[in-house]
Amino acid sequence: MVEPLIRISHLSKIYHTADLQTTVLSDISLTINQGEFVAIMGPSGSGKSTLMHILGALDLPTSGTYLLAGRDVGRLSDDQLADIRNRQIGFIFQAYNLLPRTSALDNVRIPMDYAGIPDSDQITKAKQLLELVGLADRLNYPPHKLSGGQQQRVAIARSLSLDPAILLADEPTGNIASAQAEEIMAIFKRLNHIGHTIIMITHEQDLAEHAQRIIHLFDGRIIKDEII
Amino acid sequence: MKLSKLISSGFRNLAVNKMRTFLAILGIVIGIGSVIALISLGESSKRAVQSQIQSIGSNLLTVSPSSSQQEGVRGAAGGATTLSNADAASIMQSATVTTIKNVSPEYTGRAQVIAGRNNTNTQIVGVTPVYTEVRKISLSSGSFITAQHLTSLAKVAVLGPTVVEDLFDTGVDPVGQSLRISGKTFQIIGVTVSKGGTGFQNQDDRIFIPLSTAQKQLFGVDYLSNIALEANSESVMTLAQNQVGYLLLSRHKISDVANADFRIMSQEDILATASQITGTFTNMLSGIAAISLLVGGIGIMNIMLMSVTERTREIGLRKALGAKKKVIISQFLIESIILTFTGGIIGVFLGIGGFYLYTRLNNTTFAVSPYSVLLAFAVSAGIGVLFGWYPAQKAANLQPIEALRYE
Repeated sequence: MVEPLIRISHLSKIYHTADLQTTVLSDISLTINQGEFVAIMGPSGSGKSTLMHILGALDLPTSGTYLLAGRDVGRLSDDQLADIRNRQIGFIFQAYNLLPRTSALDNVRIPMDYAGIPDSDQITKAKQLLELVGLADRLNYPPHKLSGGQQQRVAIARSLSLDPAILLADEPTGNIASAQAEEIMAIFKRLNHIGHTIIMITHEQDLAEHAQRIIHLFDGRIIKDEII
Repeated sequence: MKLSKLISSGFRNLAVNKMRTFLAILGIVIGIGSVIALISLGESSKRAVQSQIQSIGSNLLTVSPSSSQQEGVRGAAGGATTLSNADAASIMQSATVTTIKNVSPEYTGRAQVIAGRNNTNTQIVGVTPVYTEVRKISLSSGSFITAQHLTSLAKVAVLGPTVVEDLFDTGVDPVGQSLRISGKTFQIIGVTVSKGGTGFQNQDDRIFIPLSTAQKQLFGVDYLSNIALEANSESVMTLAQNQVGYLLLSRHKISDVANADFRIMSQEDILATASQITGTFTNMLSGIAAISLLVGGIGIMNIMLMSVTERTREIGLRKALGAKKKVIISQFLIESIILTFTGGIIGVFLGIGGFYLYTRLNNTTFAVSPYSVLLAFAVSAGIGVLFGWYPAQKAANLQPIEALRYE
């Protein structure tokens, strides 16, 4: 049997504040294979963002294990986690999170900078990716001169710059008009079609239906895991 | 990540908020500028004093009166009248003093001097003919005071070049003319060669007259301000100091050296004292400058902390995209070093410029010690690291998710 890309077993996340502890995720077990397009749904407070952060190595579980391509993420050092975020995971945020006053091209290059890719290779790759998301004519535009949909497409190009194993998208169309949202979903489907693993958080049923599998979270637990 | 990239992105970030960057740099500019200017100032006044004292001669001893202690009561310093003409004569005649070549008894006072329409207030020094020999003075024109002048209480004067400048038009030879010192007419018989230097005591701003004339006619005193002694050689200075010391103690009937009513100092002693004074002066100035530098450094830290807070989301994003701690630390450290180093460079130029202006206005030599410039660069970069470290650490230790959520 092939080892799944993501294997989570009995994972819990508990936040301790001054006098109370909040269980955000409790006893989650889950596997995701290479090439899947998964939507995670749930109302706010269901723990989907926390799960997303743990999947993205931005946060660590309180208990349980998270194996990413066979490596136990909970046991890695800060620098190793930074490496995982850099090379294995491509983040797409609801608020795009592009650097202001920085061209689309340079925004796409940021992860490659941290990976130590030579400048000329960075530029070639960044141009290719911006072309892939349909922004070949906007290379030198700073974020404030781009529409929401265009900014999110720059962010997608950025997330792909180091060919990560997983794309993690947190409400990627939450701030975008519906016509442009459809374009974003079309890009995701195309990327999934050429082999990218995509995990997307959303609370909109019709967006979730673009995926092949929907995981429903409620109150920190998986209540339904359906294949479409 | 390459250093050149971090540096260029540092410049870009600092350019975003130009006014703030300028003000942060200004603190360092003022700090480094004042360090450079004040250290140079201190060094140059130290050099001036040293060269001045050395120009007087290295085998010179000076006996000056000091306050005597009589039954626990210490008399006022400076006002002492314990050195007499007879003391000076005895040093020359004594069989126990074998190391002294020349003895120059001197009386120094201040007086108003008038020549034609000009007047000045200057030092009048009553001297004997050996003064030129002991004090290494030579004449640019005319002749010096002779033994004949002393016995006849002649009203003759030899002028220092500064006095000539103050009293006579350029090109006029003062020798043969007359001037009035405290209302008495003196014949000018010579002008001395410049010994140079400004500082504490300008050796050129003096008028020399016969000692007897000074004591009896001008100031009405029968004691000396000091006795200058020329030792046979530099190697016998300590011996000479002891021989003269014992002679004067026995003449003044003082048995305990601690109660001596005079002091004998060599040029080396005077040099050491002067160096100590100018050294203290330099240290004090440098201390003040260092405080302004410290304040500048705190300004840098303040700006960097502000910048870290403002860019919390950016830091979170960079960490999410794979920036390691040391990359974040370098990014912020480089920004603070750019600030302090730029401030340092401008400060060095301003400090040197300020000091140059000072030397031009005061007619002293302009020389900046390369050591102080090097120090300023090292210190400014050091301040960048020192005061940038805490903000950089703070940035690097931000939790990525919390930083991303920061509004």
